[in-house]
Amino acid sequence: MDRNQSYRNHKRLMKALHFSGLFITMAIICIPGLWIVLNSFRPTVEIMAKPPVWIPTFTLDHYRAMFGGAGEGGVPVFSYFRNSMIVSVVSTAIAILIGMSGGYAFARYKFKGKNGYFVGLMLFRAVPGVALSLPLFIVFARVGIIDTHIGLILAYVAMNVPFTVWLTDGFFRQIPKELHEAAEIDGCTRWQAFWQVEFPVAKSGVASAAIFAFLTSWNEFALASQLTRSVGSKTMPVGLLDFTAEFTINWGGMCALAVLMIVPALILTFLVQKHLIAGLTFGGVKG
Amino acid sequence: MTEVTLSNVVKFYGKHQALHGINLDISDGEFVVLVGPSGCGKSTTLRMIAGLEDISGGEISIGGRVVNDLPPRDRNISMVFQNYALYPHMTVRENLGFSLKIAKKDEAEITKAVDEAAGILGLAELMDRKPAALSGGQRQRVAMGRAIVRHPDVFLFDEPLSNLDAKLRTQMRVEIKKLHQKVGNTIIYVTHDQIEAMTLADRIVLMQDGHIVQVGTPLELFNTPLNTFVATFIGSPPMNLIDGVVSGTSSIKLAGGLSVPVPASARGQVHSGQQVKFGFRADNLMPYGHAVEEEGERADLELTVTLTEPLGTETILFTDIAGTEVQGKMLNPRPVRPGEVLKFRLMLDKCHVFDATSTDAIRG
Repeated sequence: MDRNQSYRNHKRLMKALHFSGLFITMAIICIPGLWIVLNSFRPTVEIMAKPPVWIPTFTLDHYRAMFGGAGEGGVPVFSYFRNSMIVSVVSTAIAILIGMSGGYAFARYKFKGKNGYFVGLMLFRAVPGVALSLPLFIVFARVGIIDTHIGLILAYVAMNVPFTVWLTDGFFRQIPKELHEAAEIDGCTRWQAFWQVEFPVAKSGVASAAIFAFLTSWNEFALASQLTRSVGSKTMPVGLLDFTAEFTINWGGMCALAVLMIVPALILTFLVQKHLIAGLTFGGVKG
Repeated sequence: MTEVTLSNVVKFYGKHQALHGINLDISDGEFVVLVGPSGCGKSTTLRMIAGLEDISGGEISIGGRVVNDLPPRDRNISMVFQNYALYPHMTVRENLGFSLKIAKKDEAEITKAVDEAAGILGLAELMDRKPAALSGGQRQRVAMGRAIVRHPDVFLFDEPLSNLDAKLRTQMRVEIKKLHQKVGNTIIYVTHDQIEAMTLADRIVLMQDGHIVQVGTPLELFNTPLNTFVATFIGSPPMNLIDGVVSGTSSIKLAGGLSVPVPASARGQVHSGQQVKFGFRADNLMPYGHAVEEEGERADLELTVTLTEPLGTETILFTDIAGTEVQGKMLNPRPVRPGEVLKFRLMLDKCHVFDATSTDAIRG
């Protein structure tokens, strides 16, 4: 066979394999999400049907029930939503402030034991969160912050700071140090140089760090299920447990609440995504 | 009046000493170029003047005021960086006006100063663009505009042209010189390119390994280099150097057995048996018929051309004297093939003698 032809065939085959690989990966990622959304709109009988019902019936029953009174299978959605919001937003804000300062320090300053500190911070990430739940529970119980927003916020800040430091360190490292030097020569103090020049340039990096921190807090279940007890502090992932009874699981209701959980995260990601497109740094320097 | 004075300035990085007691007086309105190979301490010196680098010892004063511990913002200087360091999130107008905004000048004043600077540098059409949308040369001009907007006492340039292509570099070099003639401020300019140094400087400061080797006008450095380093660093092509030994009082025996008289400038300064390096520039080794007609002592040499570099108005001829490769020059060039033997004349009174051990020039 013609060599060109054989290369062409090979290329086509690789492309086909590539696409099937991509398709399978995306299916694995997307189908559970799709399943949740679909099932939140289907009657329970259909969800449980065997063999499956291929043409779904549309119903809003689960949503109606969820927002309904306690006797009709309702859950305190608004409280859970509020708790989740408060805990996620506040813990993200604090984690970003601390993490950004840390990341900046690691990127710009030389100090003794710098690498050691950095590795140490990263090691914290290696400890599985659930392993910390018992010690945290005991400490928090002694201090008296079990079942409070503050307790959960503290735990999430501790969880998010190392990752934020690592991420922002990378972004600040990309910004040439001449930018703050130029700003200082132009009359800025170091503090002004940071807020007027380096922060705006690193904004996209900080925004992506914030999204990660927010989503981690928003979706976290293991710690929250240990550290919260009442409607006053339970977050949405913990709220999902309200749909499990001793012998049954209300899949439809659970899916409906899960959809409510996904929507804000989606909206946020959508809003911030244009900041996520980096590349703002480049252009100010080099020809 | 803004003269800049460095007295006995020293810089340590940990245990490594980067600068060994730099002494330099720069007068008001002077264009001084710090030049030297990489790692010679020229950028460090500039950054210390700017306040971006701590001073380990000695004293720097600007306009008679010691600035050792002043932050950059209180030194009334401006600086153009090698990578321009434009603020990428601001438009050209905002970049130019940034220093005035920080100084809390009112809007009208900023606009006036920015427009004036933009006028000087021809930036008027680019005012609303962001740095990413500018070409290299335009960015360079914006960086210069940002420097002149605030009417600083001293301009500092840190290798500002090294990111530009050759053609643009020549063009910007002229613009920088014009800018200096227009604004008349003191300029301290760092480069590793000796051509930039020669063309721009009122005075060149040539540095090596944290020391100043020679300070002088471009022509002083070119015509009377203090040692072989200066002789080979300044001028293109670099000065030819051939090993030799002084024999008697009036002649030098070169490595290959060729003998040349001691140049007039060094007569009486050498002693018999002294190991020397005999130096001359390509301009002083020219083939007959393609040379400048000059009076003076000369030696005639028959040399084989090994390589040619035609430059248009002249051709650089590579040849060999006493086993050392040297470069000569041919004016009004004709095509020359490698292997061709030409009769050269070496202008002896323009030659230099350096001591082989100390590398210092021997001159009366």
